[in-house]
Amino acid sequence: MSTALEHPTYNYKVVRQFAIMTVVWGIVGMTLGVVLAAQLVWPELNLGLPWTSFGRLRPLHTNAVIFAFGGSALFATSYYVVQRTCQTRLFSDKLAAFTFWGWQAVIISAVVSLPLGYTTTKEYAELEWPINILIAVVWVSYAIVFLMTVKQRKTPHIYVANWFFAAFILTVAVLHIVNNAAIPVSAMYSISIYSGAIDAMVQWWYGHNAVGFFLTAGFLGMMYYFVPKQAERPVYSYRLSIVHFWSLIMVYMWAGPHHLHYTALPNWAQSLGMVMSIILLAPSWGGMINGMMTLSGAWHKLRTDPTLRFLVVALSFYGMSTFEGPMMAVKTVNALSHYTDWTIGHVHAGALGWVAMITIGSMYHLIPRLFGRNEMYSVNLIAVHFWLATIGTVLYIAAMWVNGILQGLMWRAINDDGTLMYTFIESVEASGPGYIVRLIGGLCWVLGMLIMAYNVFMTVRRGEGARQPLPQTA
Amino acid sequence: MNNLWGDSLSSFWSAWIIIVTLGSIGLAFWLLYANRKTDKIPDEQGNVDTTGHAADGIEEYDNPLPRWWFQLYVATVIFALGYLVLYPGLGNFSGVLGWSQESQWEEEVAQAEERFTPIFAQYQEVPIPELAEDSEAMQVAERIYQNNCAVCHGANAQGGYGFPNLTDDDWLYGGEPENILTSLNQGRNGLMPSWQQLGEENIENVTQHVLSLSGLDHDAERAEQGAAVYGSVCAACHTAEGTGNQALGAPNLTNDIWLYQAPGQSVADSVRQTLRNGRNGHMPAQAAYIGEERVHLVAAYIYSLRLDD
Repeated sequence: MSTALEHPTYNYKVVRQFAIMTVVWGIVGMTLGVVLAAQLVWPELNLGLPWTSFGRLRPLHTNAVIFAFGGSALFATSYYVVQRTCQTRLFSDKLAAFTFWGWQAVIISAVVSLPLGYTTTKEYAELEWPINILIAVVWVSYAIVFLMTVKQRKTPHIYVANWFFAAFILTVAVLHIVNNAAIPVSAMYSISIYSGAIDAMVQWWYGHNAVGFFLTAGFLGMMYYFVPKQAERPVYSYRLSIVHFWSLIMVYMWAGPHHLHYTALPNWAQSLGMVMSIILLAPSWGGMINGMMTLSGAWHKLRTDPTLRFLVVALSFYGMSTFEGPMMAVKTVNALSHYTDWTIGHVHAGALGWVAMITIGSMYHLIPRLFGRNEMYSVNLIAVHFWLATIGTVLYIAAMWVNGILQGLMWRAINDDGTLMYTFIESVEASGPGYIVRLIGGLCWVLGMLIMAYNVFMTVRRGEGARQPLPQTA
Repeated sequence: MNNLWGDSLSSFWSAWIIIVTLGSIGLAFWLLYANRKTDKIPDEQGNVDTTGHAADGIEEYDNPLPRWWFQLYVATVIFALGYLVLYPGLGNFSGVLGWSQESQWEEEVAQAEERFTPIFAQYQEVPIPELAEDSEAMQVAERIYQNNCAVCHGANAQGGYGFPNLTDDDWLYGGEPENILTSLNQGRNGLMPSWQQLGEENIENVTQHVLSLSGLDHDAERAEQGAAVYGSVCAACHTAEGTGNQALGAPNLTNDIWLYQAPGQSVADSVRQTLRNGRNGHMPAQAAYIGEERVHLVAAYIYSLRLDD
């Protein structure tokens, strides 16, 4: 099997930087998640301080895991994959370095401004306008580096992983700029140019496509390289790649209104959001099938290769949450699930089960190769991490299913006289045990990430020696 | 944009939505249908060739689309088209069922009214003091209270900072059935003006006088000076003796009950703050939210809270 170091003309420096920061931000973001989970069990942990209150830490958690952890992982893998599958060096080392430092600056700005209370109030787009401009500049630079590298490729075909990365990069640029269009009022305050139901619709067009393109298309790009590579098998079906890629990116665009069922959004828009979410099931599953079937003939490798296990379980959770999503988009189901913990569980089935697992599997493949080794320092520790992550995810989503259905049923229960059977606070009390189970699930995840950090540290340290004698252009 | 967002769309936007929606679904279906077969024939074991290209050593098989997946895709498209025939979605076409979320809501509310109105109508006939003794009625009333009032006045109705205690005998606007009904149905706005213009010296003196009215520790000299200011400024609403005026909602200052004493705050600080900045208490009118029938029942519940003592 060829290793990365046979191609010293690739720019691995930026890939290494992003790969290491993926682990760092993963730990930060997930630790924040555990703090928030604990605050929901013991509200005293808000500490009575504005900066540590749930309302300010929650957007920091979501931004840290999606954009810092997930974003760094996407930068790292897309820069690695595009170079290797196009057999050419990144278009511009300087611009690539700018995307690294620029992206880290965005994250640091979020870490400072969100606890201070600066927010646009748009979910997953809370950062204020000066930071949004920086994001736009970094993102356009990313698009230039990636697309120009594809353009300069030395291979006849553009590999499927690069289709997904390209779609993700282009669409996120459009989503970010349109949703954050605002009129600045002061240095850290702006007002959205949209109002009322239109503002809500634009926000959820953005919000759901952040899931569809940032957290799905981008990570499918990752999947299409690291699954066949780690399994050492051909991709199952080129034809399936074509059909599910084009239908995925076309249909995802429509699904946003399902976040606004039974609201001031017009009936027609809600219906279109619902039916397109249903149609989205097969295109989503196309990616799962293509990944899973790629393993046919290589299933025995799962016994000995915990990295492959991460990748395969990620695909399973991807399949599960992309089935759950269309179901929750059906109005009658949504009437029960909306505003409950079920939504939080669904998001984490995707975020932990799919996004984080596929990232971690990819990192365990990538990091040793970036630092001149054949495999990680300890394969056993990967296996420990795998079980912690799997158990953590299952505890998390099972707890939220139970809580969500409990809350949905309690809120709608009425007495014979038409009065509500339960007050809101009673449903909060009933959710307590589920919040504890969720906290335990989150702790499993953070523990796993700390083990990963140790494993990565040892791999990098041992790899330094091996890397030295080879000619490095990076 | 208004044309795109109203209850009825202009014919241009309606047509636009229909064309883009059906066009997209059609395109997705065409993409699926056009790729239903492979160019290469699988051998007897069902194995197929790769496409011939390789990226960083990764090859791709030319397997056909899985049959069940193809059928699943077709089924969701059929479902979507069926839904758009039955329900609103295609622009101004409202669907053959004539359903909308507004009509669903109106129907459900009408059904609920029909079913539950007689129950409350029957209670409304009963005078409040009598209704307050009816334990079954009070169970119903308590549920309404817990879901509508408890968020401010507390599950035990003992109030909190800025929210009056409903279980004691201190009433800002009177505790008779008709007073309670008025508070509930029409709401109340309790306005204490700011007296910053009196100056800090006078504010301190009046504070000491107010403390003396409830028999609390105070600076006697300052209280005496404050009494004169009180007489000219405060007595108009709170009366010369400080017993308050329920017609105005001016609190009684002699019973050592302080609506705006924040947790951990001294009475003196609370009074100073009130004098400096004023207060603005707002009880929302409930008739618009829960209707006069339910208000009647809740009024009886609040009236009943004192009966237990």
